[in-house]
Amino acid sequence: MYNFVNNNEPITKIYFMIESITIIGGYGKTGEQEPLQTIKINKGEIIGIVGPTGSGKSSLIGDIEQMAQYDTYSKRSILINGLKPSYEERTNPKKKMVAELSQNMNFLADMTVVEFLKKHAKCRGKNEDCVNTVIEHANRLTGEPIHKDHQLTILSGGQSRALMVADVAIISNSPIVLIDEIENAGIKKHEALELLSGHGKIILVVTHDPVLALMTERRIVMQDGSMQKLLTTTAKEKMVSKNINLLDRRIMKLREMVRYGELIEEFSLDFDEEVLLKKAI
Amino acid sequence: MMKFVIVAGTPGSGKTSVLLHAINHLKNKSIQPSVAKIDCLYTDDDKRYAKTGVPVLVGLSKDMCPDHFGIYNTEELLDFAIKNKSDLLIVETAGLCHRCSPYTKGSLGICVIDATSGPNTPMKVGPFLSTADIVAITKGDVISQAEREIFRESVLEMNPNAKIIEINGLSGKGCSELAEEIMLAKAVESGDDVLRHNAPLAICTLCVGETRVNKAHHRGILRRIDGFQFYEGE
Repeated sequence: MYNFVNNNEPITKIYFMIESITIIGGYGKTGEQEPLQTIKINKGEIIGIVGPTGSGKSSLIGDIEQMAQYDTYSKRSILINGLKPSYEERTNPKKKMVAELSQNMNFLADMTVVEFLKKHAKCRGKNEDCVNTVIEHANRLTGEPIHKDHQLTILSGGQSRALMVADVAIISNSPIVLIDEIENAGIKKHEALELLSGHGKIILVVTHDPVLALMTERRIVMQDGSMQKLLTTTAKEKMVSKNINLLDRRIMKLREMVRYGELIEEFSLDFDEEVLLKKAI
Repeated sequence: MMKFVIVAGTPGSGKTSVLLHAINHLKNKSIQPSVAKIDCLYTDDDKRYAKTGVPVLVGLSKDMCPDHFGIYNTEELLDFAIKNKSDLLIVETAGLCHRCSPYTKGSLGICVIDATSGPNTPMKVGPFLSTADIVAITKGDVISQAEREIFRESVLEMNPNAKIIEINGLSGKGCSELAEEIMLAKAVESGDDVLRHNAPLAICTLCVGETRVNKAHHRGILRRIDGFQFYEGE
């Protein structure tokens, strides 16, 4: 997997000491206590967060990003290795354990791609040399190449998102990664998830996409601002996951055909695995 | 003896929203603050403050710079808080040109700044950021994490000693930390307090560098908190 740690700051040692995060439940939108009161997530786990629009998925991600201590709407609190994180750990970007990829698709900062990445690398205590690697990886996720001298504000939605993914994976490179609806980004989601999920990282993915939801080991179901239940992906679901992955690849292929102005005059709804495999490759 | 907190920030940065949440936290800790809202021409923020049940005083500076107006009327503001039996006065000042620092040496200075205003904003604004004790960064939730981190770094370049609190005026996130800091503020005696930084040029004695607080030290075109405006001098 990807591992671009190339600095010797003591903080990187802390990164690899994260064994678990614990979400202590608070209250939902109606003011009632959340049915799920404790969720412990261990290192290396990929957890899904699912639920209808407005059910509080992004707020949950927000609580984890801020390491909420009873100070947000939900009154949740977040523990790292079973302990309350320090103020420094919660706020200083050089000590920050969480990298977040939110639904914000556009950059507001008025600077070029390279200036931005260099500044961010400096904030995170990283060497400037990683900037080119970030752009290279971003360009593997998007169809339209990003140039280092482009203004950030003129990047398309897909380019911005690809750059944010690569930035989170390489510059932020934190042990906890939060991803909000990567499927809407118009970028290659499998590649993006692979780039983001380094060895031992804890990943939380907000998603409506069955392909991504079934790729996770467990998923938190949200409703009315509350964590309702925790589902474990079953053996049957893992079988289904294989099939919908194949289907997804076919859809992706069609998407590329649309993009490049080709005609789509043939498509079979054949779900036989053998056939799907052949057609997909 | 009164704890004195001065809050400054760019228009629309969320000063009032942030303070409303912080006041609720303070009240939960059995602290009864008084609030003075200094604005230029119009405000209805007093109604928002009144809902929290704290005493509110509004000062409209009209032709005078709102920061200068607040400094000039400091004694009345503190008296208002004393009269209401508060042990904490929070002054929210509108500020216009961001070339002033309304903070006095004895006060706790809080700068509220909007993260969506761009990473160069901390360099563009003046002493109201660089001399603040606390910089509260709002609206961080609408930009990417990377931009948020760059903004924070720019603030620290301008004010390396500031305590930074990333704060959300809508959800109230970070406001309990702000309330904790407010509770730690030192008490001041009003008479001999001085500004941390002189104001830029304009038309009263503050504009030529006077830093002493209160009426006895000022000449020029001045406006009292009761609305009486006059020229005092030769």
